[in-house]
Formats: sequence, C-alpha cells, structure tokens
Amino acid sequence: MAKVTMTVNGKSVTREVEGRTLLSAFLREGLNLTGTHVGCDTSQCGACTVHLDGKQVKSCTVFAVDAAGGDVRTIEGMANKDGTLSRLQQAFQDHHGLQCGFCTPGMVMAAAALLEQNPKPTESEVRHHLEGNICRCTGYHNIVKAVLAASGQDVGQIAAE
Amino acid sequence: MRDFQFVKPSSIADAVKALSSEGAVALSGGQTLIPTMKQRLNTPDVLVSLTGIAEMTGVCRGDSGLHIGAATPHATVAAEAGAHYPALACLAAGIGDPAVRSRGTIGGSLANNDPSACYPSAVLGSGAVIVTNARQIAADDYFLGMFSTALEEGEIITEVRFPIPEKAAYVKFDQPASRFALTGVFVAKFASGVRVAITGASNDGVFRWAEAEAALSASFTPDAIEGLSLSGDDMISDLHGTGAYRAHLCKVLTKRAVLAAC
Repeated sequence: MAKVTMTVNGKSVTREVEGRTLLSAFLREGLNLTGTHVGCDTSQCGACTVHLDGKQVKSCTVFAVDAAGGDVRTIEGMANKDGTLSRLQQAFQDHHGLQCGFCTPGMVMAAAALLEQNPKPTESEVRHHLEGNICRCTGYHNIVKAVLAASGQDVGQIAAE
Repeated sequence: MRDFQFVKPSSIADAVKALSSEGAVALSGGQTLIPTMKQRLNTPDVLVSLTGIAEMTGVCRGDSGLHIGAATPHATVAAEAGAHYPALACLAAGIGDPAVRSRGTIGGSLANNDPSACYPSAVLGSGAVIVTNARQIAADDYFLGMFSTALEEGEIITEVRFPIPEKAAYVKFDQPASRFALTGVFVAKFASGVRVAITGASNDGVFRWAEAEAALSASFTPDAIEGLSLSGDDMISDLHGTGAYRAHLCKVLTKRAVLAAC
C-alpha cells in the first residue's frame, strides 16, 4: 500500500492505495465520485475519461500511484460554481446529446478538452476528437451538435443524416 | 490484476537500477501495458515508471535532426514536431485517440513494437537512431519481428533521433475499432535515396519495401511503383483483412504517401 495525494476538482485528497489501483477505482471507490463511469475497462470506450494535469486520459488506464501529485478534474467538477450546468453540459441537454447517459461524463470531459485547445472546432474536428468515446444510443449527431453549440456556433443548419 | 510494487525514479540511472530487480518491468504511458496486465498477460513484481524522468521528455532540434525524448507523449510530438518534421507530427496526431495520445509515448511504442503500431514505420522509414541508456541502435538493426526488438533485458530507450528528410508522408488505413493501422506506409525522400517502411502488414512487423525504394529513388512519383507488387502470403490475415488485401493496401498507400509528400 502507498499513500497517494492528488488534487481532485480543486481539493487535495489523500488515500492509501495498492499499486494496482486504477485512477477510475480511486475516484469511484476511494472518493465516491461515481460520475466517472467504467464502461469497458479495456481502454476502448472512453466513458471513464477525466482530465489529468489538463489533459484528457482514460482513468481506467492510469494507475492512481502514477497520478500522485497530479491535478484531476472529473465530471463532478464541471458544473458552474452555483451548481447550475456549465455551458457544455447545458448544450448536451438542449440538443438531446444523451439518451441513456452512460457515456455522457466521458463525452463531456473529452469535449471540454477539445474546446480548451480549439474553441471553435469544425464538425469534422469534433468527430475526430470524439473517436475514443463510444455512444451506443445517439448515433453521435446530437453529441456533435451539442459540442458545436457549446462553442457558440450556429447549429441550425446541421442536419442529422 | 495482480498487485505490484510501484516505483517512479527521477533519473535514468535510478530507473536502470530499479529495472535490475527480479520481476521488474518498465512502464511508460501504459496504454498497452495496463490492458495486458488486466488480462494477466504480464504480471510484474515491480513496475518502474519512466515518465518522471525530466531528461527523457521533450522535442528539440539537434545536430542530427529532431531529437525526441522517449517518454514524450504522442500529443506533445503532434504539437511540437510540426515545425521541423511535419510528417512525423501528423503521424503522432493520428495515433489512437486523444486520451491515448495524452499518455502513450514514443519510447513505449518502440519498446513494444506492435506489428500494427504507427511509430515503428516513421522510425524505420526515417532511418532514425534509437538511443538507450547503454548505446545507440540504428533503426535497421532495431526491429527484430513482431513484439521483438534489439533491446536487452532492463535496457531503456531514452531518446529517438530522426534525420529530417526533404519530403515525407505517412498514410494510414485506419482500423476503426482498435485505432491501430490496418496497414500504414511511411515514405521519406532523402538526398541519398527514398525509404519506404510499412506497418500493419507483415507477420514480422514493420519492414522496408526495397523494390519500391529503388523505383522511387529513380523517380519519386506514384507511377514509379505501378509495376511492383508484394505477396500477401506472409502478411497478417485477420477478420479485418486478408494477407492479400493488406498486400494490395501496401501499394495503394505507398502511392498515396508519395503523392502526399510531393
């Protein structure tokens, strides 16, 4: 067991973990932050996406001990300070970017990472960026629309094909 | 997953020492190693993280071309190599997905030598030099077959040095589920001749297509390889494509890479 300290959503947290404890388990079981979903646990689906030191990572494919000292942001840290949905989260609701919602935390974290690097992405850039996040409900069109809307672009002309 | 002791040294010397212990395995970005550990295909006693070593990270222009620290993530190469070696930056920007590119490293990819990984084609196609804690290895001597390299037990790749070609391009035919190359071709034109390296095709991993190199060295145009073909007999055959299909892709993608490089 090793003592691991990191910053999660702005707060410093310390827990005893095994070497094999994944960052996803550290967040969900250690900190009760169950908004980070584990879909496949094989690095394929992206549902467990969080930000580590400002970069999106699959938390099921990072060891908690390796993230020691890091700055982690999860879906629980995405809402506005007053508890209302962030612009990106609100866009997912407004544009029906989710159905069952299982992939949504990962989609929001991946999209937020994109918008930080590229505040006005094209539709093709959004699709390319979300390649590591799998959704089995929406067919992606409304997710892409939500991300474009959150970037302040007019999505009136984007039709689901 | 079986538990292990985790160490994260901050110098190459400490990492080499840690790796000399019984059952020690090096961890870089972990984007291949962690999934294989979950399946118990790899069960280290000690895991030595190489991503806390400052001297093994970064992209810089050096005397012999572009020098990339072995623990540099793909996303950093994609962002920083473009001004010096655009084809290499472009290759890095297409590996896996954004989360994989945040963590996965060039040294990790080369040490693993997956037969369908992108980086081996750039390293072999550029005639790069692989620098380890002990020596320098020419790309032509490094790749020894599927998941097999010239690295000795406990040897660590510290840096990769790429000569910068006059023209180059990488064209990857995506395998959209795994995001590896179904087949990928890296073409690089130097004053001394053209190099063509192909990944995702041969059962022996990345290889150079000598006949195409000769033809393209004489005339760097897609038509130059029109009369050439590769046999699919020794190529990877799986549910995504037969050996014959991959052999066909080798030629099509080589032409596309030449066109993209021109």
